[in-house]
Amino acid sequence: MDDLIADFVAECREMLEALGGEIVAWEAQPDDRARLDSIFRFVHTVKGNCGFFEFPRLEALSHAAEDALADCRAGRRTPDGPLVSAVLAVIDRIGEMVAAIEAGEEFAGGDDTVLIQALEPGAEGPAAVTAATVSDGKAVSAPRTIRLSVELLDRVMSGVSDMVLARNELARRLRETESDVTVDGAFERLSGIIAEMRDAITRTRMQRIENLFVALPRMVRDLSGELGKQVLIDIDGGDVELDREMIEMIRDPLTHIIRNAVDHGIEKPADRLKAGKREIGLLSVSARQSGNQILIDIVDDGKGIDGKKLVEKAVAAGSIEAVDAAKMTARERLALIFEAGLSTAREVTSISGRGVGMDVVRSNVERIGGIVEVDSNPGHGTRMTLRVPLTLTIIPALTVSIGSQHFAIPRAAIEEIVRANGTSVTLDSIGGAGVATIRGRRMPEISLADVLGLASDVPDEERTLVVLRPAGGDLYALAVDRIHDHEELVVKPAAPAVMATGLYAGTTLADDGSPILLFDPAGVAEVGGVKLEMQERAARIVEAASTATVRDDNVLLFRGLDGNRRAIRLALVDRIEEVARSSIRHAAGQLRVQLGDVILPLAGADALGVEAGKEGGEDKVRVFRLSDGTREIGYVFREVIDLMTIDHEVIPAEHPGAVSGVSLIGGEPAELVDAHWLFAQHLGATARAAEQVVCRLPSDDAWIQNMLRPIVEAAGYLVIDEHDELIPDVVIASHPGAIDDDHADRTLVLRDEPEAGIDDPSIYRYDRAGLLSALKAASGGKGR
Amino acid sequence: MSQLLLIVSIGGSRVAFPSAAVESVVELDTLIPVPRAAPHVAGLSALRSRVLTVIDTVRSLDLGETDCSDGIREAAVVELDGHHYALIVDSVEDVVEAMSDPSPIRAAMGEGWERVALGMVETEEGPLLLVDVAALIAGPAPEARAA
Repeated sequence: MDDLIADFVAECREMLEALGGEIVAWEAQPDDRARLDSIFRFVHTVKGNCGFFEFPRLEALSHAAEDALADCRAGRRTPDGPLVSAVLAVIDRIGEMVAAIEAGEEFAGGDDTVLIQALEPGAEGPAAVTAATVSDGKAVSAPRTIRLSVELLDRVMSGVSDMVLARNELARRLRETESDVTVDGAFERLSGIIAEMRDAITRTRMQRIENLFVALPRMVRDLSGELGKQVLIDIDGGDVELDREMIEMIRDPLTHIIRNAVDHGIEKPADRLKAGKREIGLLSVSARQSGNQILIDIVDDGKGIDGKKLVEKAVAAGSIEAVDAAKMTARERLALIFEAGLSTAREVTSISGRGVGMDVVRSNVERIGGIVEVDSNPGHGTRMTLRVPLTLTIIPALTVSIGSQHFAIPRAAIEEIVRANGTSVTLDSIGGAGVATIRGRRMPEISLADVLGLASDVPDEERTLVVLRPAGGDLYALAVDRIHDHEELVVKPAAPAVMATGLYAGTTLADDGSPILLFDPAGVAEVGGVKLEMQERAARIVEAASTATVRDDNVLLFRGLDGNRRAIRLALVDRIEEVARSSIRHAAGQLRVQLGDVILPLAGADALGVEAGKEGGEDKVRVFRLSDGTREIGYVFREVIDLMTIDHEVIPAEHPGAVSGVSLIGGEPAELVDAHWLFAQHLGATARAAEQVVCRLPSDDAWIQNMLRPIVEAAGYLVIDEHDELIPDVVIASHPGAIDDDHADRTLVLRDEPEAGIDDPSIYRYDRAGLLSALKAASGGKGR
Repeated sequence: MSQLLLIVSIGGSRVAFPSAAVESVVELDTLIPVPRAAPHVAGLSALRSRVLTVIDTVRSLDLGETDCSDGIREAAVVELDGHHYALIVDSVEDVVEAMSDPSPIRAAMGEGWERVALGMVETEEGPLLLVDVAALIAGPAPEARAA
């Protein structure tokens, strides 16, 4: 009997969960027959089962709801707001009762008769609230499934892991002995089958993210009802699969972000109308897979996050200094919402705004190796992005060792790996603390052997530095004795006594079956005494200040395509990339190189007077990515010779050109590349002249971006969006509601109709001449 | 009454583990140390595909330290909150039936034993100390460790 009840409870729960979205959809379209049917089926099933189990209250409730819905189905009654609310209330009560049955308690609370009466035609139900979900037009049909306990799955999984280990052992034995070809063949087949099985069993842990999403429409509906707002929720990507444990881990952060969006983001209908938006706020939640990450976007079109207010709050709360605050970028300001104790909500509501929140969200997401990103456009909305790894249990890692012991480092945190005695690396000790300078970047350096208190026989300079960027922190370098291998490791949580060290994220088994400890990069930094949080903000500012004042005489000596020795200042080189010759071509008047998804002007090839692409020999060429801080150009070369310093006199060139002079470097003359000339020459028209006028366009308006932007740019304006820090000389708004108070006197407003109202200063959006002259006037005649 | 006990010897004393708590008795060979962990955590070992956290019971009781360098050690495998532990013992002797419920011990015991004692049980082999496995795993309190 108990088994039957347990099955009944499980079935009810499953149906309730699946129903959450349906009900809200039904409310939006009460005549939607498919949804009416599925709700009817639910109450009908509950009623049938209750009779069997003798749950009289449950039976009476479901019976009443069934009757009311049956009337609707037969067309005797039209479903309306009050009925929907009454049915919802009944379904909620059924859910509570089922929970009580599961817990083995008597359900005491509440009076059912009120609920049943509310189902009567013409009854005064609770006020209906409006919310709707964008329907995809078809009811969800459940795939054929059976219920399995997770323990059973885990047992199968560990069985398969054992099998893999046994196979590895067998493989070792086979290698040691002279074996038969037929045995080898059979073993290969066995290996293949085991690998396949491991894949399949790993997939059983995956679950559609839909399970997380089905509850959202209902939650948003209830929230918006409570707050007197109207919110339309659009859900996409429910079929993305995620590790079931991961789904549980992101449930709370996701709920919190959505609550915030509805509570703080989306305005009340009246305010929305005032701001020129639709009454109904739009909240869109979408999931998609990108590599081995899942991205969940939560986008609302509410009032956005006020970065300035956040900064004021943070300064008032003492978490940042006013001096630093002034230097923060828009993005850094927004990131302040993740600081503990900051909330821009003026009042604390029951929903959110208690000051605990986003910091907890971030730490929860980071704990599972994820990232939360925030992007907001004041007045237009906020986008939150959760990036989480596909699975908790299998992570790519790098194995390293100290002495004879192996450890693993999650690959996601690794920026790069360099040898401590490499030419681009210098190690200094400042007040006993290690500082590594890697190609001009300075970062704290700690030795893993010291952190762990292990003896190491490898001298400092022969170690390898692993540059790590822990979640939410800044770079640091970790010196290890040896680097071994990249492996996909099945990570298991470690015992509390091991976790208490703060150093480890879990344990795992190597292929030979011996345990390996997996590091938590942030924990290692903390134990090693590296201050991550403080660095996060300070580093950027210090960096900017120091690069401006410190004159870097480090040069990179290289051989150009023409074979000449040349040198370029290291600070200018952002990075070195290897590209196929085919990605270098003449386009739009000059030689350009494609690097990933950017196209840069290319220098260095002109010495030959021919296109680099026509040069025979290797298929690949190397390109410096040079940066002046804002713009980039490429410089093609043959090979890097060494990193040197200029210690001899520089003999200036006679004419300005690609080479500014020549000097003895490393005992031989080398030409110094004149970066200023290169930038001036190659950026040409794309470079922003000093007197160029800045025009700000809203980034979220497709018409403006696609139609207007090219015209404005062609007129010689530098176009920026809301997030740019440049102060615009003129701002174009697509409608009067979008005027930003800061720039109201410099804002041009567009209108859709050719005819203007009286005293309407706006400009018809297709009035090109009017637009250009207005632009010129608004920017104080600075435009061309 | 019918509780089964596993008699083991730790630091020269014969004590009893509730046998229901013990999954198996294994011989550990490889031991991977866990740097920076509490001293009574001897390291990690693998049992099939499971990772065992190895607890040096002698250390946990503040009775000294087990020398793990000489290779194979006997250990009792227990599960606590989903994690598997191997408790290193001198030897595993026997399984006996408890003849009484644990009763408080009024004699003065060492501090380490005091912390892990669940009480005294009567067995065919005389009175034995029943040990709280969880307390043994938790080890000395941090302040005691620092001292």
